[in-house]
Amino acid sequence: MSEKFEPKIVAFFCNWCTYTAADLAGVSRLKYAPNVRVIRVMCSGRVDPQFVLDAFARGADGVLLGGCHPGDCHYAEGNYKTLRRMRMLERMLKAMGIYDGRFRLEWISGAEGDKVRSVVNDMTEKVRALGPLNLPGKFTEWDKEIEELEAHVNGGSKKEATVHAR
Amino acid sequence: MPDKPKVAFYWCASCGGCEEAVVDLAEDILTVVGAVDIVLWPVAMDFKKADIEARPDKSIVAAFINGAVRTSEQEEWVRMLRKKSQVVVSFGACANSGGIPALANQSRKEDILKYVYEDCPGVDNPDKTRPRIKCEDEGHTLTLPELRSMVRSLDQVIDVDYYLPGCPPTPKLIMAAVQALLSGKLPPKGTVLSPDIALCEECKRKDSKPADLALTEFKRPHQIQIDPEKCLLAQGIVCMGPATRGGCEALCPGGNMACTGCFGPTSRVKDQGAKFVSSVFSNIAPKEEKDIDAVLDGIPDPIGTFYRYGLSKCLLRRKLN
Amino acid sequence: MDKTAQKVWNQAHQQANSGRRTVTIDPITRLEGHGKIEIFLNDQGNVDRAYLQIPELRGFEVFSQGRPAEDMPQITSRICGVCPTAHHMAAAKALDDLYGVKCHPVGRKIRELVYNAFMLEDHALHVYVLGGPDFIVGPDAPKEMRNIVGVIGKVGLDVGKRVISMRRRIREIINYAGGKVIHPVMGLPGGVAKGISASELPKFKEIAKDGLEFAKFTLQVFHDIVLRNDAYVKLITSDTFTHKTYYMGLVDKNNKVNFYDGDVRVVTPEGKEYAKFPIQKYLEHISEHVEPWSYIKFPFLKKVGWNGFVEGGSSGVYAVAPMARLNAADGMATPEAQKAYEEYFKVLGGKPVHHTLANHWARVVEMLQAAERIVELVNDPELTGKEFRTIPTKTPKIGVGVVEAPRGTLIHQYETDENGLIRRANLIVATLNNSARIAMSVDKAAKGLIKGGKVDDGLLNMVEMAFRAYDPCFGCATHTLPGEMPMIVTLRDMKGGVIREIRR
Repeated sequence: MSEKFEPKIVAFFCNWCTYTAADLAGVSRLKYAPNVRVIRVMCSGRVDPQFVLDAFARGADGVLLGGCHPGDCHYAEGNYKTLRRMRMLERMLKAMGIYDGRFRLEWISGAEGDKVRSVVNDMTEKVRALGPLNLPGKFTEWDKEIEELEAHVNGGSKKEATVHAR
Repeated sequence: MPDKPKVAFYWCASCGGCEEAVVDLAEDILTVVGAVDIVLWPVAMDFKKADIEARPDKSIVAAFINGAVRTSEQEEWVRMLRKKSQVVVSFGACANSGGIPALANQSRKEDILKYVYEDCPGVDNPDKTRPRIKCEDEGHTLTLPELRSMVRSLDQVIDVDYYLPGCPPTPKLIMAAVQALLSGKLPPKGTVLSPDIALCEECKRKDSKPADLALTEFKRPHQIQIDPEKCLLAQGIVCMGPATRGGCEALCPGGNMACTGCFGPTSRVKDQGAKFVSSVFSNIAPKEEKDIDAVLDGIPDPIGTFYRYGLSKCLLRRKLN
Repeated sequence: MDKTAQKVWNQAHQQANSGRRTVTIDPITRLEGHGKIEIFLNDQGNVDRAYLQIPELRGFEVFSQGRPAEDMPQITSRICGVCPTAHHMAAAKALDDLYGVKCHPVGRKIRELVYNAFMLEDHALHVYVLGGPDFIVGPDAPKEMRNIVGVIGKVGLDVGKRVISMRRRIREIINYAGGKVIHPVMGLPGGVAKGISASELPKFKEIAKDGLEFAKFTLQVFHDIVLRNDAYVKLITSDTFTHKTYYMGLVDKNNKVNFYDGDVRVVTPEGKEYAKFPIQKYLEHISEHVEPWSYIKFPFLKKVGWNGFVEGGSSGVYAVAPMARLNAADGMATPEAQKAYEEYFKVLGGKPVHHTLANHWARVVEMLQAAERIVELVNDPELTGKEFRTIPTKTPKIGVGVVEAPRGTLIHQYETDENGLIRRANLIVATLNNSARIAMSVDKAAKGLIKGGKVDDGLLNMVEMAFRAYDPCFGCATHTLPGEMPMIVTLRDMKGGVIREIRR
């Protein structure tokens, strides 16, 4: 039962900087936690806040977003757009009960392979400490209250469908 | 003479505004009543659950269901209507995405009960009495229904064929939907019966919407005199237009107030609030965190602003607590 | 099951099955929102106690917390889609108070115009669609006729069309100024969001004129159909539909009825002024009692105290809505309405009137005042002023707003932080004020009408009339978790066994 919790972290890395850095980290044989699933995007500005919510909804315990340092964007302004959106997204996440640490935005240039390692390791530990988010599990849990009724309605059970479950 | 098609209206957790919208068909309602047999409409007509139960499956051409789903009673009803109807139309913002009642998904049920019956100003309740599922009064046993832990959209409980958006849908859209159903010219399942364009497209202020907003400040509507002609976003007022489906013909901007998003998103959007953040906040002016935060402070309640009518359909579904 | 109950059961069973194949328009649903009546019979088949239960609860006060106060007019209007304008306006007035800003005089006139238009069309809805059919068609008419269709049958299709088109046209005024008629967007602290263009005035004047004619016509209909019928007058004044309680309503500085503004005045069951206070002091006068068998709370006069569901001067139970408003005021604010007011009290035996069913008549009297106010306002040259809002400058803290909703006194109170975000909200909604008296009316009517276990549809409809007269809005009254149910009446025997359950 008490298997050690291994956080699942979805990472969106920009093609020109952070993904290159992650590549560099690999080539340099820098070991980092295997908990990230990296998705390569052309620019951090391509990451719609919907992607982040969707990642959580599909079971991510953390979402990491990596882009070029301010001023270094391959598309000039993409990472500023990211920064602005994500500042607002963080506020929304907090208001929905997803607190600091599960979502992180980092600027990592193509040369900073070591930073990929330290950020990933640090985030993995912090999310591990927070414990599982497990939204898919929570969705199932929440819907139990209506599934019981579904069974009643379709199963033709004679038992009265009571709703008294405080 | 063949039977007229049978139509049902039902309401769940709603305010009655959707019913009023049907009444607001005004003279047209006589046309509708002439063309169909209404077999269920609790606000105006007699029905028994048994009447619907006794009908053969799929014998109702269309069921229009409004309101969010909060109690098991409502769940039973909508499931039964699903069985008996060929087509289920989710009617209005509450059925589509939870509506304003879904803002309760940011609170726990216990907190709501405690506030209402104990902490609310003016409550005189030293014994901390609460309404109970079952209680005795003067030797009589009385029961009350239980409330679910969260507010759901209709399609989170049953399969839905079409959606009529709006809080409430406009009489024009309602008539169009009824006519489409009667003519049998049905769009693909899952269609939202309203133009699949952003509200901005039909807003009279559209021409004054700048390509790059470059906002340095958000203003709350009570803080400024609102220009009745100019794009509201350009005036620094949060207007949900860019992330909201058209079809109402921009009624609220016509009333000189911002769109609050009641029509929900277009078909290309999964999460209305997140999409709004994506489209509008990318284009504020500052580049430094501190300055960005100062601009964002102008929107003190992001959830209530971006998910005013759609918290049940937020990808996260409710506040985690 | 005892014999009487068995008999009732058989009858009920027969009746339920005979009605099954007909699609009819049901009387009990001629109200907004939902309720549930439990009637307990004793061994003799008489009513031991009848309960009106409200089986739902929403959470507006709670989920308002943390929201910007200026969003409240739009959020709280979703408490009720039938009377969104009342909530919208009470909220806007609470915002004026919250920000310590006086409503701009032009803005105030626009608000009043919209508000009176709303009052007129909403009362018309009740008179012709919800409550009126009981009289126009008859309380024990076949149930498939006790509805708007029956009303049209009685008064003619032309009149029916006139009602429909008049309501639509009056609502155009709200639509214009409010952006939307269902859930308007106009209300802001210090005024309104949108002015009225002079080019609209000719149309509005036309609507106003026709609206007044329509109100007069409605009074005539009431005269011809209700007052000329002795049986109806007898029914209205019968003890079964009578409770002597306190009455509450807003009055202007001359103690005349005012829907939009004024002080709250309370009169005793004898009709003497008991209290008069600005709304900011409402917590000194109103407390709310909780019962375990209903989600609705029961407000009462704090200084009199809660003494249970009883009438009289020593019980804090009070009433709101048209009859109560007329009792609580010294007269109407407009001439035609005043004439109707005087006749009302003359026929019903002087002030105060305690007959619940008199609400229907009082409602028509109020339609006249609303229509006359609309005429005054559309002819006011200030109405089309180019400025209509005062921008608030003070730091918000606490604000209370009140209006007379069609269904009675409606109070919104908001407490905020210095940024104007809601910390606490309290909503005392019109039907809530009436909740104790409505519960008593249902109990008394059931006891007076159901004897020896004899129950039929006509009798039950008359029990329903006891609450329908209030034009109750249980949607509103239970603004506190979403969840609504159809109206259910359950008849129970001594042991609590179900004799008959009617779901509508």
